[in-house]
Amino acid sequence: MLLDAKEHDFRLLNEKIRKAQEDCHIVGCCGERFIAAGMKDRRITIDGVPGNALGAYLNGAEITVNANAQDAVGDTMNDGKIVIHGSVGDAAGYAMRGGKIYVRNNAGYRAGIHMKEYHEKVPVMIIGGRCGSFLGEYQAGGIIIVLGLETGGKKTVGNFPCTGMHGGKVYLRGDCEGIRLPAQVSSRKATETDMSEIETYLDEYCGIFGLDRNMIKSQQYTVITPDSSNPYKQLYVAN
Amino acid sequence: MNVEGQVRIPSGCAIAAMISKEGNKVSGEKIIEAMKPMHDRSNGLGGGFAAYGIYPDYKDFYAFHLFFNDRDTRKNCEKYLREGFEIVRSEIIPTRKIPAITDEPIIWRYFVTPLKSVLLSLQLDEKEFVARTVMKINTEMNGAYVFSSGKNMGAFKAVGFPEDVGVFYRLDDYEGYSWTAHGRYPTNTPGWWGGAHPFTLLDYSVVHNGEISSYDANRRFIEMFGYKCTLQTDTEVITYIMDYLLRNRGLSLRDAAAVIAAPFWSTINSMPDGKEKQKLKYLRTVFSSLLITGPFSIVFGFDGGLMALNDRLKLRSMVVGEKDDMVYIASEEAAIRVMEPDAENIYAPAGGEPVIICLKDGGNQ
Repeated sequence: MLLDAKEHDFRLLNEKIRKAQEDCHIVGCCGERFIAAGMKDRRITIDGVPGNALGAYLNGAEITVNANAQDAVGDTMNDGKIVIHGSVGDAAGYAMRGGKIYVRNNAGYRAGIHMKEYHEKVPVMIIGGRCGSFLGEYQAGGIIIVLGLETGGKKTVGNFPCTGMHGGKVYLRGDCEGIRLPAQVSSRKATETDMSEIETYLDEYCGIFGLDRNMIKSQQYTVITPDSSNPYKQLYVAN
Repeated sequence: MNVEGQVRIPSGCAIAAMISKEGNKVSGEKIIEAMKPMHDRSNGLGGGFAAYGIYPDYKDFYAFHLFFNDRDTRKNCEKYLREGFEIVRSEIIPTRKIPAITDEPIIWRYFVTPLKSVLLSLQLDEKEFVARTVMKINTEMNGAYVFSSGKNMGAFKAVGFPEDVGVFYRLDDYEGYSWTAHGRYPTNTPGWWGGAHPFTLLDYSVVHNGEISSYDANRRFIEMFGYKCTLQTDTEVITYIMDYLLRNRGLSLRDAAAVIAAPFWSTINSMPDGKEKQKLKYLRTVFSSLLITGPFSIVFGFDGGLMALNDRLKLRSMVVGEKDDMVYIASEEAAIRVMEPDAENIYAPAGGEPVIICLKDGGNQ
C-alpha cells in the first residue's frame, strides 16, 4: 500500500499502517512520529525523514528508511529489524531488548542506552560511521558494533562511552586509541570467538548496504565488556 | 476539567532558525512552515520569532516592542520614554485577528534614540542606557513589558502555537536575513505573552528548548550586575548571561559558549598542555557561576549572525543543515527539510560545540 505522509497527521498515518494488511510504502515523510510503533509483521519502507520514536516497541516488523531518521529509533523494540540508509539522531535503540538496528552512517548521542538481553533475546545494533558521546550508556546486554567508516577524521566514538555499562558487549572496528573508558569496563582485542559471534550480523549488514565483507572484517576489532558481574559494587552504598 | 497531575502531555519545546550568509532577505513564511512538523513539541502556551534586518529604514534606531495591559499604562510609559529618548515613530504592531490567538494585550512599537544630553549627564554609553531602561520598565512599570529592544531586529511572541503566532503577527510581510523561532511547552511557569520566547535584550535574542537546573545559581550571580530576572523562566537568565559575557566582559562568542557549556574537568585535563587548555581552565574558574547545567539547546541571535549551542551532555536534540549561502538549524531534521528539501551537510553538533554563523559583511553596527 502506498501512503503519502503529506496527506495525514501522524495519528492517522499510523492508523492506516495498522489497518493495512500488506506491506506499506510511505512517501513524503517529514517528521511524522511513532511510525510502525509496536508492529508485529510486514515490511514498511519510508521515503523522507520519519519523526521521533520510529519503530518504538517494534515487535517483529521490518522498517527501511531511505534517508536519515531522528531521535529514539527503535525505543524499547522487542523484535524485528530497522534499516537506516543514512544517520540517526540521539538515543537510538533506547532500552532495546531484541531485534536489529542497522545504520549506514552515524548515530547521535547515547546510542544503545540501556540495551538489555535475556536468554535468546539479544538485540544487535550496527553503526557504520561514528557515534556521539555516551555510547552504550548503562548497557545491560546486547551487542553494539561501531564500524568507523568515513568518519571524516573525527573519533569513532565521542566522550564517555560505556558509562555505567554492566552487561553486553561493544565492538569497535579498529583500535581504541584516544578513547577513554570508565574504570568499571575493560577493553581487549577481539578474539576469533568474539568475531564468530557477530559474523552473521556483519554479513547481513554488508549485504544490505553493499559493502565489502572482507574489508569490513579484516581489521582488528576491540571488544569492551564490563569488568565483572557487579562492577558497581560499593560505588554508592555498601552492598 | 483535568488539572495538573491528572494529565500528562508528552512534549518538548521546538526551535528553528535560518540565516543567509550573504545577507539576502527572506520573508517569515518559511520559518513559520518549519514549525509545523514540530507542532507536537509545543502545547499552545507560547510561540515566537526573532527577525534580523527587518527595519532597514529605521536601522539606526532602537526598535522597542512593548506589551501594555491598558491605554493608561501606555500613556505613562510613553511619557517615561520621552524623558530619555527621542521617539521618531510610534505605532501599533500590525496583527491579523485569528481565532487561534486571543486575549492579546496592546502591542506597540517605538523607534527611539537616546537623548545625547541624558547620556552625557548619566555618563553611560548608549547600549547600557537602553538596557537599563528596559530593566526599569520591566521591573517597575506594572502592566508594561518590553519584549524587544534591538536595532534593525524585532521579536514577535504570543500565547499560542508558533505557526499561529507567525500568522497573527503578519510575519509574511517582513523580510529579514535571519530568523529564529520557538514553540513553547512551559514547564515552570503558567505561560503568558511576555513569557514566550524569544527573550531579548538589545539585539540579542534567545530561543531555548530545555530546562536548566542552574537557574537560581545563575540568577543570583547575574543580578549582582544590574540584571533583573522578572519572569522566573530560565531562558531570560541565559539572555542576560550572554549580554554580560559579550557586551560587558567583551568575550568572543566561542569563549562565552565555553563558559555556559564548559567541558568537563576530566575532558579539560585530558587535553594536551597549551593555550587552549589554559583558557578553558581560566573560563571555568572565573565564571563558574555562569555554567549552565541541565538540558538546553539554544539559538542565540545577534546583529549579524546566529549561534547554536547544546548543553555539554547534549540532553536535547539539534540539527544543522546548509544549502548555498543559507544555514538552517532546528530541533528536528524534518523542520530543516520543510525550509529546504535539498539541504546538505546535515549534522548534529556535539554537546557544548557552538555553531557560529556570521554574515559575510557583518551586521548593522
